[in-house]
Amino acid sequence: MPIWLYILASVIKSAVLLVVLLTAVAYTVWLERKVVGRMQNRWGPTRVGPFGLLQPAADGIKFLFKEDLTPPHVYKPLYIAAPLIAVIFALTSIAVIPFGNSITIGGYSIPFQVTDVNTGLLLILGVTSIGVYGVALAGWSSNNKYSLLGGLRASAQMVSYEISLGLSLVGVLILSGSFSLRSIVEAQGGHFWGFIPRWNIFLQPIGFFCYLMAAYAETNRIPFDLPEAETELVAGYHTEYSAMKFAMFFMAEYANMVTVACLATLLFFGGWHGPIFGPPILQALLPLFWFAAKIFAFLFLYIWVRGTLPRFRYDQLMAFGWKFLLPLSLMNLIATAIAVAW
Amino acid sequence: MVSVHLVLFLAFGAVCVAGAVNLLAQTHPINSALSLIAVMAALAGEYLLLGAEFVAAVQVIVYAGAIMVLFVFVIMLLNAGVEDRTKGGRVAILFGLPGMLLGSTLVGWVVLRHSGTEAVAAGALPGDPRTIGQLLFHEFLLPFEITSVLILIAIMGAVVLASKPPTAAAGGRAGKAD
Repeated sequence: MPIWLYILASVIKSAVLLVVLLTAVAYTVWLERKVVGRMQNRWGPTRVGPFGLLQPAADGIKFLFKEDLTPPHVYKPLYIAAPLIAVIFALTSIAVIPFGNSITIGGYSIPFQVTDVNTGLLLILGVTSIGVYGVALAGWSSNNKYSLLGGLRASAQMVSYEISLGLSLVGVLILSGSFSLRSIVEAQGGHFWGFIPRWNIFLQPIGFFCYLMAAYAETNRIPFDLPEAETELVAGYHTEYSAMKFAMFFMAEYANMVTVACLATLLFFGGWHGPIFGPPILQALLPLFWFAAKIFAFLFLYIWVRGTLPRFRYDQLMAFGWKFLLPLSLMNLIATAIAVAW
Repeated sequence: MVSVHLVLFLAFGAVCVAGAVNLLAQTHPINSALSLIAVMAALAGEYLLLGAEFVAAVQVIVYAGAIMVLFVFVIMLLNAGVEDRTKGGRVAILFGLPGMLLGSTLVGWVVLRHSGTEAVAAGALPGDPRTIGQLLFHEFLLPFEITSVLILIAIMGAVVLASKPPTAAAGGRAGKAD
């Protein structure tokens, strides 16, 4: 493939992925409002478009046209940089996610992935670990006690749960022997005994549990949303943010949710593997459909949990992370290593 | 012909040096910490150019993502303000600058004498995770384990130093305020 064609393909893929991701983010917000609404015996958004489907567009326009207030006491360079850091790193990590097999156009094989890095998983972990700075610096630069507490809570929580998150993934890495997300998914093709799909969830149920808990904490979602606990901290780290800057934090949170769901699908639920049937065009599109369906299931689970569970207390959160989740993921790792070495 | 690699190497190097200088020049601790993060990230870029993807990723995850978060966390927690700028003692000016020049010349001389001036080709060094794992857990197993024991001792030392004296902790529940 000539270099200019490669660059062109990469640019087109990045643009398409960005549009799809931002649309997914907007409609996850819509879905959340709808589902939580029904769980609480309300309707959720109904006024803008059929079933309130145009509500995300209305919200976006509202965010754009609202007055962008900058309080006088903030530390301005970091106050402006913080939402940018949050949203940029949240959107970057999606670049190494493979969405399906490759398609062949004009003799060239183009994979459904912006770039296939052979340490893709590490790259995602690295980018998400940098994303903490968005929240932490927002809390500090706002120069407000609620914001500062939110930022402190966020950085302590993310550093604590990152360890369990990393350890829960090592089990999968031992089984597949690669950091490349594509090879991890390809190792999960086929079936056990002819009917159970060869997904890592059946080999690593404890690893998956640890991953899920740590992922909820990393994305600051209920029951671990203490950095923005509105009953104690007004709005936590984004108290002083308005208009588009606030929307950036919002986008970053939901983009992180999508990334976490993608990663869970790739590592534990066989990625794009699923029943393939029908004419060739359907066979080409079904992997994408299965991938999207699994991500949807995870996003729904997020919303379901939000509609069900109350918030942890902060000492409970830390005790859970250090005294329960960390030993559990360590034991899972040791057991996996012994089983593989046997 | 100037290769893309050389351009990238110089760009990352420039970011690295600029970040390091900025670290010293800034008066506010949080700006210094952020400059250090830029230095770490640029170093990761240099590792990436050498084909050491694993080292680059670990550099970002461990240094930029974990250790520096703790630095920023402490600065935020103490709410450290702007530092007073001192001119530095006469000793520092008289001996510091020549000492720094001498030291860096010495390091440069030693490195160049052993490896020559030709650049390392990209990807020439075995930097993939498999090779690193083999080296770490076969050839360098003992140093690796000794390092881990050293870190454990350091952690225990920190816990001992940070814990309250036994008289204060005897009455109530120790460590309740964490």
